[in-house]
Amino acid sequence: MTRETILNAALGLGLLAFPLWAYFADEPFMITLATRVAILALAGVGLNIALGLGGLVSLGHAAFFGIGGYAMGILASHAQSYSPLMETPFLIEGTKSMPVIWLTAIVASGLAALVIGALSLRTSGVYFIMITLAFGQMLFYFAISWPAYGGEDGLSIYVRNSFPGLNTLDPIQFFLIAYVLLMAALRFSARLAGSPFGLALNAARQTAERVETVGIVPYRLRLTAFVLSGMITGLAGALFADLNRFVSPTMFSWQTSGEIMIFIILGGTARLFGPVAGAALFITLEHVLGGLSEFWHIYLGLLLLVVVLYARGGIIGTLAGQEVKHD
Amino acid sequence: MTDPVLYVRNITKSFGALKASDDVSLDLRPGEIHALIGPNGAGKSTLIQQISGGLQPDSGTVHFLGQDVTALGTAQRARMGLGRTFQISALAMEDTVLQNAMLGALGASGRPFRFFRPVLQEKALRQVAETALDRVGLLDHAAIRTSDLSHGQRRQLEVAVALTLSPRAFIMDEPMAGLGASGSRRLTAFLDELRHEAPILLVEHDMDAVFALADRISVLVYGKVIATGSVDEIRNHAEVRRAYLGEDA
Repeated sequence: MTRETILNAALGLGLLAFPLWAYFADEPFMITLATRVAILALAGVGLNIALGLGGLVSLGHAAFFGIGGYAMGILASHAQSYSPLMETPFLIEGTKSMPVIWLTAIVASGLAALVIGALSLRTSGVYFIMITLAFGQMLFYFAISWPAYGGEDGLSIYVRNSFPGLNTLDPIQFFLIAYVLLMAALRFSARLAGSPFGLALNAARQTAERVETVGIVPYRLRLTAFVLSGMITGLAGALFADLNRFVSPTMFSWQTSGEIMIFIILGGTARLFGPVAGAALFITLEHVLGGLSEFWHIYLGLLLLVVVLYARGGIIGTLAGQEVKHD
Repeated sequence: MTDPVLYVRNITKSFGALKASDDVSLDLRPGEIHALIGPNGAGKSTLIQQISGGLQPDSGTVHFLGQDVTALGTAQRARMGLGRTFQISALAMEDTVLQNAMLGALGASGRPFRFFRPVLQEKALRQVAETALDRVGLLDHAAIRTSDLSHGQRRQLEVAVALTLSPRAFIMDEPMAGLGASGSRRLTAFLDELRHEAPILLVEHDMDAVFALADRISVLVYGKVIATGSVDEIRNHAEVRRAYLGEDA
């Protein structure tokens, strides 16, 4: 076992142990914090497929996070008001069922990623960053100006959506749902990195020319990665909305894109558990420093500077050293 | 005479006022090493790019295996069996030597869009990769990170990755660049054998290697092929000596 495997196991178990402790200590707020970490880490795991493995610096992943959120908000609000989404040409009703909402979020954000990716991936470098940012902002302003679903005020969902056999209103049960999904996404991400596709994508990040001369088109690899990445971030968006029982255009804002990226940078780019470590640190700082000062972002900024200047591998890189290629 | 495996006809490519390829025609016949030489800036790289698919010619055509491939991209030509090595090593430096070779094998398999099974457990691909590494003498280094290889070993890996494609023709852009005397000798011996598997279009500055290996040589000057012929013909060609070998004829 490498140091990184041990560290990953510790992070995974720690994220499980903390809310269990909070459950027995009767600290429901702490469970909610851990749930936030799990959901935001899930969004980061999504972005990490594009950013870490594919080298695609997307500053527009809030688009998928928001689409996931609104998929939940729209379906649940229709179910809440007993009005169908549409009646012609066929009837679509709202729903409060989490699995249906997740599936909708995944499909919708995947389609959006297909369109955004197909256009954005024709560019690279700074242009790619700017164009993904532009798409994110487009959706942000669209959400603000769409009165049917709350416009600027967002949408409130009064009761959390349901999952068969579980009481989702119980914080620890909802945490476990988020945790299991996070672990599943991590498992998927690990498999992906070691798969034929992962090998090719990873090579395309380092030397696209070479990948082409062995007969593989880098654009297709990247577009596929971008879609998978958007789907996972979209799923996280649906869960995040369910956690807060509220959706607003903020989910689409570029700050959200930036925060998801910050989790990855803090945790360690391209490291499997990087987003988990990053999101945990971010939420801890928000909670601890946020209690001391309203301007806690200043300290977050300083920390980011330190990481970028002196600890490029983030938390995982600092603790586990350089990545060991196993074979 | 057998049909050429690869040929270009009347290729022209300009960048502004500069004619990088000026009505270039050349062919690559089965079993031969055809060396392409010329001073710096003669347009060798531009020509190579047009043959391998990275650049589109303004006019003229590229034919490979009897098919007009002028409109095809790099990846499509590679899948047809055009193997290429780069002047400056284009390798995934963070990956292991084996992973780089596996990438070639994966490209050759034509099925990169598989998302679950660990690629390193794919026996068929692994065998292709390991055979290629063995042939260039890198099998012992399979588990090493590519960035930890010496310059010469990277050049060998370049060749190995091209080998995994079982190409029908090779395009090699200065494979000897930066190699020491012994490395250069070893690669020369290797290419000498390789030509029987597939012909090689060899761009090279190392004249000892060129004269030792080439069946034919084409000389490119200012985007024009000024001569094509056997080693002796080129050596004694007055215009070539003036323009390239730097002698007064």
